Amino acid sequence: MQTLNQALFIFFAVLAVVSAILLVTRRNIVHGAVFLITTLLSTAGIFLLLEAEFLFIVQVILYVGGIMVLFVFVIMLVNLDDSMRQVQFNRQWFVAGALALVLAAQFLFAIWAGRGALRLPAMAGEISPKNTEAVADALFSHYMLPFEIASILLLVAMIGAVVMAKRRVE
Amino acid sequence: MIPVDYYLFLSLALFTIGVIGVLTRRNVIIMLMSIELILNAVNINLMVFSRMWGSVDGQVFAIFIITDAAAEAAVGLGIILAFFHNRETVLADEMDIMKW
Amino acid sequence: MGHLIPPSILPYVLPVLYAVVIVAVLPLLAGYIVLMERKVMADMQARLGPMRVGPHGLLQPIADAVKLLLKEDIIPDKADKLMFWFAPLVSVTMALLAYSALAIGPAFQIADLNIGLLFILAISSLGIYGIVLGGWASNSHYSLLGALRSAAQLVSYETAAGLALISVLLLAGSLSMKDIVQAQSDQGVWFAFSVPFGFFIYLVGSIAETNRAPFDLPEAESELVAGYMTEYSGFRWSLYFLAEYANMIIVAGIATTLFLGGWLRPGARYHEHIPGTAIEWLDALPALLTLGVALYSLSLAPKQPVKIQKIVMLLVAALCLMVAGVLAGALFAPPAVLQGIHGAFWFMAKVFAYIYAFLWIRFTFPRYRFDQLMRLGWRFLIPLALVNVIGVGVAIVLRQQWAWGPIVSLIPTTLGTLGVAMLLAKDDAPVAEAQTADGE
Repeated sequence: MQTLNQALFIFFAVLAVVSAILLVTRRNIVHGAVFLITTLLSTAGIFLLLEAEFLFIVQVILYVGGIMVLFVFVIMLVNLDDSMRQVQFNRQWFVAGALALVLAAQFLFAIWAGRGALRLPAMAGEISPKNTEAVADALFSHYMLPFEIASILLLVAMIGAVVMAKRRVE
Repeated sequence: MIPVDYYLFLSLALFTIGVIGVLTRRNVIIMLMSIELILNAVNINLMVFSRMWGSVDGQVFAIFIITDAAAEAAVGLGIILAFFHNRETVLADEMDIMKW
Repeated sequence: MGHLIPPSILPYVLPVLYAVVIVAVLPLLAGYIVLMERKVMADMQARLGPMRVGPHGLLQPIADAVKLLLKEDIIPDKADKLMFWFAPLVSVTMALLAYSALAIGPAFQIADLNIGLLFILAISSLGIYGIVLGGWASNSHYSLLGALRSAAQLVSYETAAGLALISVLLLAGSLSMKDIVQAQSDQGVWFAFSVPFGFFIYLVGSIAETNRAPFDLPEAESELVAGYMTEYSGFRWSLYFLAEYANMIIVAGIATTLFLGGWLRPGARYHEHIPGTAIEWLDALPALLTLGVALYSLSLAPKQPVKIQKIVMLLVAALCLMVAGVLAGALFAPPAVLQGIHGAFWFMAKVFAYIYAFLWIRFTFPRYRFDQLMRLGWRFLIPLALVNVIGVGVAIVLRQQWAWGPIVSLIPTTLGTLGVAMLLAKDDAPVAEAQTADGE
């Protein structure tokens, strides 16, 4: 059981990182979208490994089944044939690399400083059947206000997206 | 048992790749997708710590982040579509109407 | 058996076995559903359908499969080869993956997930990528347009169908497929009868989800050639085809589990049933039905002109006799075996009844125009489904606060939703006549 967990973690982690690298380097945008889908699915797999089954399903339904469909639609609507022949990277790659190194160094320092306290409690044999109920309990009692605000945010975003994407009748 | 550090390294790797993607690519849609990558890295962090401390608060927060990502992707793609109808380009370098 | 297999692998043996059975049986089943569709279409159009290959056309799917496998594999010139190869794979993988959470009978389930229903919904929403990527990869205007239309339709009706499922989930109290069937058994009434509007919305939504008529504009022959499947030929096309019919069976499976009582036998008092007493005749029904089919095909065997057709008919009769024997023998077995075997029979019977309803609707109603389709989804079904969810919430309050019974508490819900449906239908007056039969 342990080795299965570790094997799955290595599989999902490698898939996520490789897909992310491919996403950032591909010339073809549609291929990039497919690699983002793969990354999101491996992230969902990692959520499942962490015993968070509701988040796993939310990630698949919302992120992969909703947001990425939106992305793919828009990519197909703005797909220029020239975009494959244009320069893909701008001239700031050096600064970006330096910034990324600084961020990584900060983060690694934080992990090293707290290395004694990072210990996962032992996992139960199976996923607890109460994860969805627990999330729902928390969401609808303690976090009711953020929940309502999030729904208003989605309403505003929906209206905004429809207004922005409409063709103006000139 | 997979140590917490490994999950944190994974999320660091995704975060860094996302940051590099946002800063170096010219295509605005790829930049948006890299931002989604950054949000996912943050989600992995939240989930790991929610598991470590045994509370579902991290997972609830992750749900809000996913909701927020949906809203932002919708509006962002709407803006890209509107700009594309006007200027026929999706490259960030060429979106310079407000430059003096 | 336990000492032959190491204990670390034992929990995985049965699910893998079930998975192999499903993957092996499904293409054959999909092929025979196509034959069923052609025969039913012929019957409704007062003709005979395929009769040439095998007796009464029974070997037609095998001939079709052989033809498709031997066809030339054509890839359009400027098509994106990676996506062209990848898209049918995505479609068929997602269609097959959804079977892992489906419970065919109480003993035949690959994985009893706590979130089983949501898992199947998630996998169905992943199937959209097969369509969209396939249409884009073909590098053809018709394909892309058909693919985008199909994806838009799927996304819209997914919302409506999901909301209809939520109204049932409120009554069932759990997302696990087994628990939902158990809840129908406990409440003594199938959810299709207590929440009829939920069933109706899910029926319409599932027809649109699988791109079947009257919602099949994206793949109608007279409109867009074959939509996103235009440029695919041979084996790739058969993968898309398999995905479509596998999706149909999955959707029928969900409807059966949630609305039609899953593997429960039609007839009251499930929790009071004792084998060998009062309701014995309903339990003998499966065996009698299969025996009837066996005798019918036996009677047809001598009338066949060609010897090979006689042999096929006799084989069919023998198969039905075996199944009848198993079903009858299960009556004398311990209750778990009886429930397992008869449960699988009733589940498949209900799934086939639902698919027959699909076929019936296909050959009865004319096709929707795309804007009418979107209007129906967004402006009729989704508000109706939302009102249904609120109504079911009211029903649950009635049950908990004033202890109304399981059926009575849902009557206000049904009446309220009916009222809203009539209001909505009257709302868009000029388009209302073009809409399908709605409300009650």
